[in-house]
Amino acid sequence: MEVLTEKLKKEVIQQLNLEDISPDDIDVNAPLFGEGLGLDSIDALELIVLLEKNYGLKIEDPKDGKKIFYSIHTIAEYITGHQKT
Amino acid sequence: MREVFLTGDNIITSLGFTTSENMQQLEKGVIGIHPVQDEALFPSAIPLSLIDTVRMETEFSELLSFHGKQTKDITYTRLEKLFILSIHKALQFHPGFSQNPKTLLVISSTKGNIDLLDPRKQDLPAPARLYLWDMVRIVRNFFGFVHPALIISNACISGIVAIMAAARYIRAGLFDSAVVSGGDILSEFVISGFQSFLSLSPAPCRPYDATRDGLSLGEGCGTVVLTTDPSLILSGNKIRITGSSTTNDANHISGPSRTGYELSLAIQNTLAEAGLHPVEVGFINAHGTATPFNDEMESKALGLAGLLASPVNSLKGYIGHTLGAAGVIESVVSAHSLGDNRLIRSAGFETCGVSEPIQVIERTGVKEIRSCLKTASGFGGCNAAILFQKGLS
Amino acid sequence: MNLVISHYCIIKPYQVWINDRIGYYDENFTTFAGFIKSVYKKETINYPKFYKMDSLSKLGFLSAELILKNINFDLYNREKMGVVLANSVSSLDTDLDHQQTISDRSNYFPSPAVFVYTLPNIMIGEICIRHQVKGENAFFISEKFDSKLLVDYVTELIQFNRVTACLTGWVDLIKERFHSLLMFVEVPGTATGSGKTGKTIPFSAEDLDSLYHLTRTDNHGSIN
Repeated sequence: MEVLTEKLKKEVIQQLNLEDISPDDIDVNAPLFGEGLGLDSIDALELIVLLEKNYGLKIEDPKDGKKIFYSIHTIAEYITGHQKT
Repeated sequence: MREVFLTGDNIITSLGFTTSENMQQLEKGVIGIHPVQDEALFPSAIPLSLIDTVRMETEFSELLSFHGKQTKDITYTRLEKLFILSIHKALQFHPGFSQNPKTLLVISSTKGNIDLLDPRKQDLPAPARLYLWDMVRIVRNFFGFVHPALIISNACISGIVAIMAAARYIRAGLFDSAVVSGGDILSEFVISGFQSFLSLSPAPCRPYDATRDGLSLGEGCGTVVLTTDPSLILSGNKIRITGSSTTNDANHISGPSRTGYELSLAIQNTLAEAGLHPVEVGFINAHGTATPFNDEMESKALGLAGLLASPVNSLKGYIGHTLGAAGVIESVVSAHSLGDNRLIRSAGFETCGVSEPIQVIERTGVKEIRSCLKTASGFGGCNAAILFQKGLS
Repeated sequence: MNLVISHYCIIKPYQVWINDRIGYYDENFTTFAGFIKSVYKKETINYPKFYKMDSLSKLGFLSAELILKNINFDLYNREKMGVVLANSVSSLDTDLDHQQTISDRSNYFPSPAVFVYTLPNIMIGEICIRHQVKGENAFFISEKFDSKLLVDYVTELIQFNRVTACLTGWVDLIKERFHSLLMFVEVPGTATGSGKTGKTIPFSAEDLDSLYHLTRTDNHGSIN
């Protein structure tokens, strides 16, 4: 799981243009939206693109995104739970 | 003070190629949004409001023949054909306008010939026509407009900004008349972009409705002719532009303000300029894209502006969101509604799904109206409002 | 009506001029991306949203930042401050990026963060958000810099009291070709002035053309 969360952190930083942030700055359990990274609605949509592009997982309903994208950890859990090997 | 009157107009949408065709279809409640399966536009079927290509090509060929040989040497793009057809039809009773140096041509478009970027399109004019100014050069040269054109590209408020810029210039004495045309075509470029925002409805859109779930895209071209001389007005109705305003939410580049304050500010500025009290507004043709956030924001704005008692409609349930054409097309329809004292039902609406109790027009029919407020909002946080009034001041 | 330019900013490869004085100059850059990031860092703005902007918006945003940091906003009503911009290429630079994400059906991943910038007026939105400016806004396209367009349009806005001050100018960028001229325009008397001497420039087509000419030249002479 840690390999995946580290990979995810780098991917999120790149996909969302978080240029002044390094992977060490991101706590895997901290909320991504609201406080912390201050992500917005476009970032939420970008995370949907990231999941599809990098992991082949399609989220049809953006409302599901709230739970899945809560933190790096919840994203990693979703990927592990849904990805076909 | 110089007044600005509407005289002459045209609309080209999925509902028809003239204003009267469009008005007839709207009266009958005909929806122009249909599922389209076209790989070149989108990988799967999607509801779109498409213009009849066969008819467009036929009418355009006829127009070329009418105008003579030299224009046949140019390959016109889809959007250029629409602009030329629309302006030609709008000017049919004012053919001398284009040659008048005191006539201003104003063009509004969000993406112009963006379909030229499609690598599959081989039979194309030069890539320079991707530049809006080059596209406008083609249109301007077709008619021989003396004065250089003003070109507006301001997201979904472009059409209204184009009309207001022309009206402001005429009032300020810089010009005596104007031809304002707004147009945008559907393309893979635009459809894919809106899809990435998950903002497209799987069915024809339902503005202000509780079940609304996104917008429907459409293509179109609308033209309106403005003049300061009331003797040049064709119909019996004298419709004037008496106020306008733009504001910016200063909140988010794609999501609208949560309060609707800045749109209400644009509305208030517009009414103040016209010297009109909110209770005097006959009806409102709002933006009504049917996205959850836009319609909600608009209802709040109408509440803040004291307009909850005014009938309001959106035309996007009929013709979709025509982007850079929307402000002009919808203003023309609204001006005709105003002139004819007929309100058009807001298509797609059944149950109010916004937090303010706005009076959505549920049945097409007669109503004595003396003014119409047109509003729009767009990406970049922009808002626009413009007021049309009937009769002389 | 005699309006004045009380502040202006010119950005071109690889220089930044603010009110006739050079704010930044570096021969070492060969890309817009490197250059603009360096200017951003030098200004210590601390606005992470900057990194999400496309190149055109970064150019417009920074030009506006360098002007508006000199403005005492207590003297102005932000609801009556306008932003009127123009360019020749619209958002073509980002349009090409969006097109790339959809050209290959086997690698079809349109990005909302890219698509939102395929409209030239988004740059106005970024400026307004940063400075909470809410007044009249418009974006025009013309083949070349059109001083008369800006003078006529902005003069009407101020003359009819739609705004009392306006940020206006030209911001053009396609790949590595870029230049911008942004100006703060207002009625003399309310002007905060420019530099030590409080100098202002008349808001006339002729003066705009002179300022614009500076964006197209390699060296940058001072204007009186």
